[in-house]
Amino acid sequence: MPTLAESTAHFDRLEAQAHLLTAVFRAGGYELVAPAIIQPAGLMLDVIGEDLRARTYVFADHDGNELCLRPDLTVPTCRLYLERDASASEPARYCYNGPAFRYRSLDGRQENPREFRQAGLESFLATDRDAADAEIVGLVTTAVRAAGLRDMQLKLGDLGLLSALLDQMAMPQRWRDRLRQLFWRRPAFRAELKRLTTQPDAAARRLPARLVQALDPADSRRSADLVAAHLAAEAIELQGTRSLDDITDGLLVLVADARTPALPAADAALIEALVAVNSSAAKAVDDIAAAVRRPGIDLTPALDALRRRHDLMRAGGADLAAAQFSGEFGRKFEYYTGFVFELAAPGLGTNNPVAGGGRYDSLLAAVGAPGPVPAVGAAIYTERLLQAQLATSPAEATL
Amino acid sequence: MTTAFPPSGKLILALPSKGRMMEDAAAVFDRCGLPLTKSQSARGYQGEIRGQPAIEVQYVSASEIAGRLRAGSIHLGITGEDLVREASAEDDGRVVSLKALGFGHADVVAAVPTAWLDVHTLADLETVGLSYRRRQGRRLRVATKYMNLARRAFARGGVASYRLVESLGATEGAPAAGLAELIVDITSTGATLKANGLKVLDDGVLLASQANLFASEAAAWSPGLTDLRAQLVTRLA
Repeated sequence: MPTLAESTAHFDRLEAQAHLLTAVFRAGGYELVAPAIIQPAGLMLDVIGEDLRARTYVFADHDGNELCLRPDLTVPTCRLYLERDASASEPARYCYNGPAFRYRSLDGRQENPREFRQAGLESFLATDRDAADAEIVGLVTTAVRAAGLRDMQLKLGDLGLLSALLDQMAMPQRWRDRLRQLFWRRPAFRAELKRLTTQPDAAARRLPARLVQALDPADSRRSADLVAAHLAAEAIELQGTRSLDDITDGLLVLVADARTPALPAADAALIEALVAVNSSAAKAVDDIAAAVRRPGIDLTPALDALRRRHDLMRAGGADLAAAQFSGEFGRKFEYYTGFVFELAAPGLGTNNPVAGGGRYDSLLAAVGAPGPVPAVGAAIYTERLLQAQLATSPAEATL
Repeated sequence: MTTAFPPSGKLILALPSKGRMMEDAAAVFDRCGLPLTKSQSARGYQGEIRGQPAIEVQYVSASEIAGRLRAGSIHLGITGEDLVREASAEDDGRVVSLKALGFGHADVVAAVPTAWLDVHTLADLETVGLSYRRRQGRRLRVATKYMNLARRAFARGGVASYRLVESLGATEGAPAAGLAELIVDITSTGATLKANGLKVLDDGVLLASQANLFASEAAAWSPGLTDLRAQLVTRLA
């Protein structure tokens, strides 16, 4: 087994690097905070993405509380914000540097330790979303440059474009919700798109035909009675936390789907075309507009916002001609709702970005805020940043 | 990475120490003309295969065999595929199956309350999971002792709106007790599930498990032991 008695081989360098990074954030108006390392497992596991959940260290304390070691600092920082301002009434800008923990098989790869440090920043309740997005990218880019990284590749995406496109198409709101929720997992997204275009009645066909005919989406009270009667006739007992109403509503969705005309294949093709956009960020707005050009589809507000964000980023020093925009990018991160970005360094590959972040406007409500709170943030993987920086300045690499 | 034991120079074969699995494993060796003898040890934890002095037999619980295979403290072991697959977060090739043995059949299944008329498949489960989360503010809870198996199978099946809750016994009672909404559990006939008002999803057989002869790639394999392993597998075929 590789030795793990020391959490990091480059303690001094990481400390010095963290100092440089947080100095940039603080100069940008972000208050340095120290969210708790130990977090309630239930809340954490409910809001973070599947990939991260599987790698979170969960344990019970002496009172039997289910806790975890934070796998990421965004959610702990959201909790800290709400602890200080429970109604999320004032904007806040926080930055941090501290350890996070994720299960890794012990293959000894330096850029993926299981104890690692994230330096990051989060901006809550900024009313000008595009400006806040651009500010985060600008500060992260400045910070990694200050830490010595010369060469980097900026990758951009925007999950809001899909929402905008779906809103322009005729379909039940629940189909839009489902496609949005499934977007970050390609196979499930494809399967759902196919189901909606070819056989929206597939699930209903598995139900007793008489029940399907009798159920009425416009009358949930009567429908619930019918479901109760069906269960009684079949001697099926209701048990657990899903109520008769929950099950009835689920059935009514299947019935409503079966009675809704299939999504036109042309609409599905347009959605696929948006997802397939992959171009230089400088050309992204034009390329997206070309990809989804069709009478009746007007993405102007979303594209104007994208253009404005890109303009603000360019004004902040970003080289958009060298940045890549991908319509598919952002799938991995379950809680992001709009703008997403990553910074990759040569040598580490795109699977190991040195920094990444994005907009997550619905996360704070899930963590306890009274309603949606505009929020955007990013984190730097400090070990990877150090490794990338050492790789590009070989004279310093020997320690 | 390989562990330096077992030190005896013998090939160490672990067999289940009790129940049907123990009897069925012994029968396999008997049929192939390799009768097992238990040693005189008062606790009966060790044995031999008659005529095979280079093989040491250890009797260990089926779940511990999976752990020892991963650790490399035994060379070979007979245990359930479910236990071996569950013993690691990823299929990393540390433990390999040499042969399925045709006994100890049981399925690891995803089962939901029979009253969930709106759920027949893993895809339906994801749909319900998304709306459950919208309404209740939390994910569907899945009670299981197969944390790794369930996680991998759900990822393959496109299910993400759930949360695993570890259950170490009487998992089938968890939904009725309000501790979870559904379960992933092992079943051979499905009768226990039915008695608890649960149904297996149409595509809910996550693993059709049976007893296998497994080899540990983490154990120390000398050329002699590798030969012996090949001979044993041939005899058992």
